[in-house]
Amino acid sequence: MKFKSLLASAAMALGLASGAMAEDKTKVGFVYVGPVGDGGWTYEHNKGRLAVEEHFGDKVETVFVESVPEGPDAERVMTQMALEGADLIFTTSFGYMDPTINVAQKFPDVKFEHATGYKTADNVSVYSARFYEGRAVQGHIAGKMTESNIIGYIGSYPIPEVIRGINSAYIHAKKVNPDVEFKIIWAYTWFDPAKEADAASVLIEQGADVILQHTDSTAPQAAAQEAGNVITFGQASDMSEYAPMPRVSSIIDNWAPYYIARTQAVMDGSWATANTWDGIGPGMVEIGEISDAVPADIKEEALAMTAALADGSYHPFTGPLKKQDGSDWLADGETADDGTLAGMNFYVEGLEGEIPQ
Amino acid sequence: MIVLEKRPQPSKAWSYATPLVAVLATMVFGGILFTILGKNPIEAIGTIFWEPLFGEFAFYYRPQLLVKGAPLVLIAIGLSLGFRAGIWNIGAEGQYIMGAIFGAGAGLAFYPIDAFYVFPIMVLAGAFGGWLWASIPAFLKVRFGTNEILVSLMLVYVAEQMLASVSLGLLKNPEGFGFPGSRNLQSYDAAHNAELISGSGMHWGVVTALIAVIFAYVLLNRHMLGFHIRLTGEAPRAAKFAGVNPARLILFCLGLSGALAGLAGMFEVSGPSGVVSIDFNVGYGFTAIIVAFLGRLHPVGILLAGGLMALTYIGGEIAQSQLGLPAAAIQVFQGMLLFFLLAFDLLTNYRIRAARSEVA
Amino acid sequence: MDLGEINPVLLVASLMVAATPLLLAAIGELVVEKAGVLNLGVEGMMIVGAISGFATSVETGSPWLGFLAAAVGGAVLSLLFVLLTQVALANQVASGLALTLFGLGFSALLGQGYVGVKPPSMGEIHIPVISDIPVIGPILFQHDPILYVGIALTAAVWAVLKYTRAGLVLRAVGENHDAAHALGYKVIKIRIMAIMFGGACAGLGGAYISLIRVPQWTEGMTAGVGWIALALVVFASWKPWRALLGAYLFGGITVLQLNLQAAGVAIPVEYLAMSPYIITILVLVILSADKSSAPASLGRIFHASH
Repeated sequence: MKFKSLLASAAMALGLASGAMAEDKTKVGFVYVGPVGDGGWTYEHNKGRLAVEEHFGDKVETVFVESVPEGPDAERVMTQMALEGADLIFTTSFGYMDPTINVAQKFPDVKFEHATGYKTADNVSVYSARFYEGRAVQGHIAGKMTESNIIGYIGSYPIPEVIRGINSAYIHAKKVNPDVEFKIIWAYTWFDPAKEADAASVLIEQGADVILQHTDSTAPQAAAQEAGNVITFGQASDMSEYAPMPRVSSIIDNWAPYYIARTQAVMDGSWATANTWDGIGPGMVEIGEISDAVPADIKEEALAMTAALADGSYHPFTGPLKKQDGSDWLADGETADDGTLAGMNFYVEGLEGEIPQ
Repeated sequence: MIVLEKRPQPSKAWSYATPLVAVLATMVFGGILFTILGKNPIEAIGTIFWEPLFGEFAFYYRPQLLVKGAPLVLIAIGLSLGFRAGIWNIGAEGQYIMGAIFGAGAGLAFYPIDAFYVFPIMVLAGAFGGWLWASIPAFLKVRFGTNEILVSLMLVYVAEQMLASVSLGLLKNPEGFGFPGSRNLQSYDAAHNAELISGSGMHWGVVTALIAVIFAYVLLNRHMLGFHIRLTGEAPRAAKFAGVNPARLILFCLGLSGALAGLAGMFEVSGPSGVVSIDFNVGYGFTAIIVAFLGRLHPVGILLAGGLMALTYIGGEIAQSQLGLPAAAIQVFQGMLLFFLLAFDLLTNYRIRAARSEVA
Repeated sequence: MDLGEINPVLLVASLMVAATPLLLAAIGELVVEKAGVLNLGVEGMMIVGAISGFATSVETGSPWLGFLAAAVGGAVLSLLFVLLTQVALANQVASGLALTLFGLGFSALLGQGYVGVKPPSMGEIHIPVISDIPVIGPILFQHDPILYVGIALTAAVWAVLKYTRAGLVLRAVGENHDAAHALGYKVIKIRIMAIMFGGACAGLGGAYISLIRVPQWTEGMTAGVGWIALALVVFASWKPWRALLGAYLFGGITVLQLNLQAAGVAIPVEYLAMSPYIITILVLVILSADKSSAPASLGRIFHASH
């Protein structure tokens, strides 16, 4: 306990000192799990950081540390940022959850924002994006456009986030094309572009003419381009360099509005613990431009669905829906609650195969 | 013409001086690198080396050096024994993972029983897990003559898949809302490898690492087995005449290094890290190989090398956040440090002199 | 589950692609080790090759120049290893690991401006008639040129090692450097050339990933291929054709496990994912009966005053 109070007092002393010195410059820290050059998850978070700098100019100072392993290293980096006078710290990986809570306890005056987790505290908020809304749009386009009726899906690990995406895409593909079949490959790695390329080729060889990916590299795009008549969707970033074919649309992570809003809240003193799960509406999830390779009528439907998702009039998980084992999940017109969605660990009816456990 | 002349004996003076020369050279070349990247070189290097030890927040960073350095030293000590005997275990990363899985698994099996025996059982399970994983290449080498480098390396990848599998299945936190990763052992008192003195960074893993250093020193200098290890590495044929049983030596060296790596993983998962997760391992097993060689396979050298590596990690993180240096620049800087440490070692064993032409 | 969905012809064709980066790097390392040097820096040289090749082909628009630059980049990085191990007589294991660490960082610095850029395509060699033969066509005659370079390199290394004087000298240096020195061979010079050849090959392998197999630049994108290549050399008992076999075996199991997943085979995914490594170990155990061993001077430091 002695150590904690020592840390806290040091932080306070420094807080006062830097506050006086830096003339109320708000200091915002970012902890990244990958390198900013990963072209995917961390790259997009870093774009959010740059947007904060651009928006506030001289009024903010941002710092970041990249490729921080989850666990004690993350805890040390967060502590270091807090010691050096950060007012707000974004921790951008699920595995940072417990370290964030630990450090937040030691620095009650520093605000923390943890991405994709579920533990909050007086000075810890959590935020995440409803990527599955974008998956619904993809599923719709995929179901309409597939000719082989086989859609390939590359997942990283079987975690709720990925399973949610598969279910959402499948429901909407099935709705417009009852014959559609999903082939799912789990890469069992977060990052291995060569393996993603192999997985995409395998899916294409087994007849898939649509590839959906929940991995961040452009390898599947290139494989699809080589194959010719296969369509894909950009993931994390727009991947517009592969438009109009094979990339027909994309899901883009856009953290900038949220990061700017939360930084503003710290400046105003209005920051409060929040549990944010935003989708297309607030702009955290963006649907990249639908290319001309998509027939006009399908494009129109996709845009209409995007609009309905944005204004909240449509929920991707609306009953009647059954689970894979045939048991009832959602009654007619009922929508899924966030708790079930957050921890989703089952397939919906019609998907084949088992979720690896 | 400049030639190298082998010293009859390694120079004592140079063996102490070369690390300092190497660090200085790294500062010069690292400074040039940082200048190219548009940073103030003196500030950058000062941040990396000075800040963690004597900076404003050194009270926090100094204990962190122990946390970061302990697993490196513990693993490297085990590896160094094998390396000395010419037994190449490069799969410590996998043994580290298995130690963590076994250790955490044993602890979680008792959850939520709060009993004194939980932690000791976890320690044994962790050591067993690492030992088991290292015994596979040992057994295959003894029985079939299979190369242990390849087998131990391949088993790293197998262990990584196992780690992902248990994080998503067997050891997944039942109260974790379906997210991957185990319960946090930090909040299970009986299984928590807590700091022995709050704020000191000292946990059981640090203590074990220090014991391992002393143990290895005594083994190598005072014990017959240590003599056999050294003899096998330096003069294999003489070792045969001295009655060394190679099979036993292989089983011992690989098994012990595996057990130590397993312990390191177990202490990490039950203490600083807390959870078994897909990304639990962060490369200690590979970095420890570098540490072992930087320490010249000598127990005390390894202790110092582990500390130096930990320093550059922690200093590097500070430099990233304070000065905006990319992580890659820190990696290059670490690479340089290793290069120079290895290169200047030359002066310990060789004399450089200008030779007359007829000699050349 | 429907195994009929797996097309064996396409499977073989794509395993050849998956195996090529491994093969290129392994053949290079094989020559290095035949000369008695153990360079564990393959991963570092590969990733530097990947970015040198990528950047060059983006800037010039020519994938061929890219591959050339990748080979040069890998070889230049290996010069650092030469400095350490051949000039400063440092420990080879540690030097190789340092090279990997350095290469990973250095490539990331070089590649900062190339994230999200698409490289020019090399295309496939498509020879009329023979490329269209069923079965054989897709397997043998519908690939990118570098894949053939890999196979040609394997053949060349095999022939040189086995039939030429240069190969004999190289092997002599690797088996007993003191004797080779006494016979008047320039041990250091030969080793330097071998190391640079190894670096060039690793660079090509890296560029194959960044320019053909993926194609994209991201930090750390070789994701451990260099380590597998190192393991393959041991697996191959330092024999070129067996390295090719090993690379195809490893690539084959990797592609096969993905095929089995896509076909919905009810084997748990984690076992499929670890299968390439376990099967490699099993095959190695079987091959251990072959007692042809490592070059006798492998990893040992040579100094002429011995």
